[in-house]
Amino acid sequence: MKNATRLPDTQKKRGVNGNTLLLLITIVLFVVMYATGCLVYARKGFAHLQTFLNLLITNAGLICVTCGMTCVMLTGGIDISVGSLIAMDCMILAYGMGTKGQPCILLILLVLAIGVVFGLVQGVLVGYLQIQPFIVTMAGMFFARGMTAVICTDQISITQQQNAMFYSWANAKIYLPKFLGYVNNAKKLQVPFIRPAVIIALLVVVVIFLVLRYTKFGRSLYAVGGNEVSAAMMGLNVKRTKMKAYILSSFLCSIGGICYCLNTMSGSVQQARGLEMDAIASAVIGGTLLTGGVGNVIGSLFGVLINGTINTLVTSNGKLLSSWANIATAALLCFFIILQSIVAYIRNRKK
Amino acid sequence: MNGVKNLTKKALFLPIFCMILVLLINLAKSPTFFSVAIQNGVLYGRLIDILNRGSEIAILAVGQTLVVAVSAGTDISVGSVMSLSACGCCMMLAGYGVNSATQLAVPMIVGMLFGVLLGGVSGAFNGTLVAKLKIQPMVATLILYTAARAIGLLLCDNQITYIRYEPYKYLGNFLPGFPVPTAILVTIAVVAVVSLLLKRTALGLYVQSVGINSRAARISGINSDQICFLCYLLCGLCAGIAGIVASSRIYSADSNNIGLNYELDAILAVALGGNSLAGGKFNMAGSIIGAYTIQAITTTLLAMGVSTDQAPVIKAVIVVLIVVVQAPVFKAWMSRRSARRLALASAATEQGKGMPVK
Repeated sequence: MKNATRLPDTQKKRGVNGNTLLLLITIVLFVVMYATGCLVYARKGFAHLQTFLNLLITNAGLICVTCGMTCVMLTGGIDISVGSLIAMDCMILAYGMGTKGQPCILLILLVLAIGVVFGLVQGVLVGYLQIQPFIVTMAGMFFARGMTAVICTDQISITQQQNAMFYSWANAKIYLPKFLGYVNNAKKLQVPFIRPAVIIALLVVVVIFLVLRYTKFGRSLYAVGGNEVSAAMMGLNVKRTKMKAYILSSFLCSIGGICYCLNTMSGSVQQARGLEMDAIASAVIGGTLLTGGVGNVIGSLFGVLINGTINTLVTSNGKLLSSWANIATAALLCFFIILQSIVAYIRNRKK
Repeated sequence: MNGVKNLTKKALFLPIFCMILVLLINLAKSPTFFSVAIQNGVLYGRLIDILNRGSEIAILAVGQTLVVAVSAGTDISVGSVMSLSACGCCMMLAGYGVNSATQLAVPMIVGMLFGVLLGGVSGAFNGTLVAKLKIQPMVATLILYTAARAIGLLLCDNQITYIRYEPYKYLGNFLPGFPVPTAILVTIAVVAVVSLLLKRTALGLYVQSVGINSRAARISGINSDQICFLCYLLCGLCAGIAGIVASSRIYSADSNNIGLNYELDAILAVALGGNSLAGGKFNMAGSIIGAYTIQAITTTLLAMGVSTDQAPVIKAVIVVLIVVVQAPVFKAWMSRRSARRLALASAATEQGKGMPVK
């Protein structure tokens, strides 16, 4: 009896160890990478808090997208339409505000609604018609990118005259407490600040974290990804769960699109090209398995930060070609994938 | 009725049907569509153009079909690998850091072989990750998807390398005095070599059995890992060849644009060809027809005045229609419906027969 009660306990502990190990490595890697950057590029202002906050500001959209991607990847699927969807969102916002002069609240609601409908169509195709997620979302990717061009082929930027409200959101600075600031060369106190998009992004992370951990929906995502057949036997509606995951992904992607637009303040056909791969890479670096069932948005957040740090490091150096950032990301991806397969191998052998 | 039903069950029905549909739409739009003329000593016409431009997709589709069949996954790195091999080839021919070369640094064949070799190395890398380390194909190839283009850019010293040397243009254009575009010949050669490999040796059978059940294949004495590795290697080599053809067309190595989004076209070609993306049985001819269908769609859209940026909308709709028609769930639903209708019809005739007797 005593043994029987203790056995699940140790098993649980071991499971947690395997998954948290990957997360821990990710966090440690980020800290080491950032600390190295601080030491090497201290004179270029890398050590200032603002550099870190800029990392969040430029990647706010990507953080939202990666959270959605993590949810889809938990079910064992993938969503490669996100980059194009962001381009379409930005184009709708820019075209609506810049050219048509529509109010921004209306357009934001429109973008969010489009996200839900887009996700619904993809979700039905993946969940109920059981078509491979890669193919469905690839079609979604073509569709969204093409629609962007159908709306407008020019690059449109949103200026203060066109929409003062959106402009003020984009340029609002939310200052952190003063003691975090520093005095610059001109003897002026520089107080670190963040933008509203960062708050949206962090809110998304917290909400998704709580949803995954404490709600029935979140747990069923893990169950479906872990083993579809046993999830169905447990009485979960696998098809509906999958559909919901895609709706959530596209919805979060639309939120990400708004954050992205707040950062770039423009819309063009070529925008956010390849962002889906950044999101997937970030999620994988953050410890989410593409086979489904394992993952965490906190890991994904750090994945995005690592991705951003690499870019910042390369730009801080100044002499390196920008393609080195891609190569470094790929090398890291390779490292984490091999690490994951080693962890999986060890776990299988223990079984 | 029965004949039609049997026809739709044929493996090549879907790809050929799509192809004919696209061609008919073209014919309705412009009656001169099928005319092929000889201008300046070379073949000229829309059809030839489609065959010529579709070469890269067809070559990629050959490799992609094998990868899909053997591992139930897709190689998304082929577009980037195309760019890498083009850059490698041009770098060898021009010498490192040379922007525009009129004289070749090494014989042309060495440069081209180097490009194809780079493709092979990329394929071997993907193959090792998938076959030996058992990593999901899409994730494994995501690494080179990100890195290969960037490495190509480094090889070319971050610039577009031009090879202004007449014979280098032959591959993507015409051989002097020969009317057929060289790219078509290259495609025929690649298809011939691969299909000989599949038909004359047991490789084709091995690939299918590994794809259907890799464990069962191993138990029956097939080295599953090796077959899987070989398929990825072949896919990489195909990507390398396609890259060099693409580079020869523009006699340069434009790292950022060569092979852009070609991986999607290649996967689409495989799906259009009636192949299941869940692996197992495959049909090479279907994939190749699929590849040319995609090119025909693209060419048609461009001819109809749809811009390059807007064309993907139509492509997406076509993809969704095809995969929905192919989906097992949809097929089962349709057959249930027709069975119900048949039952209803037979019941009605029974009743009809029964009535007069009474």
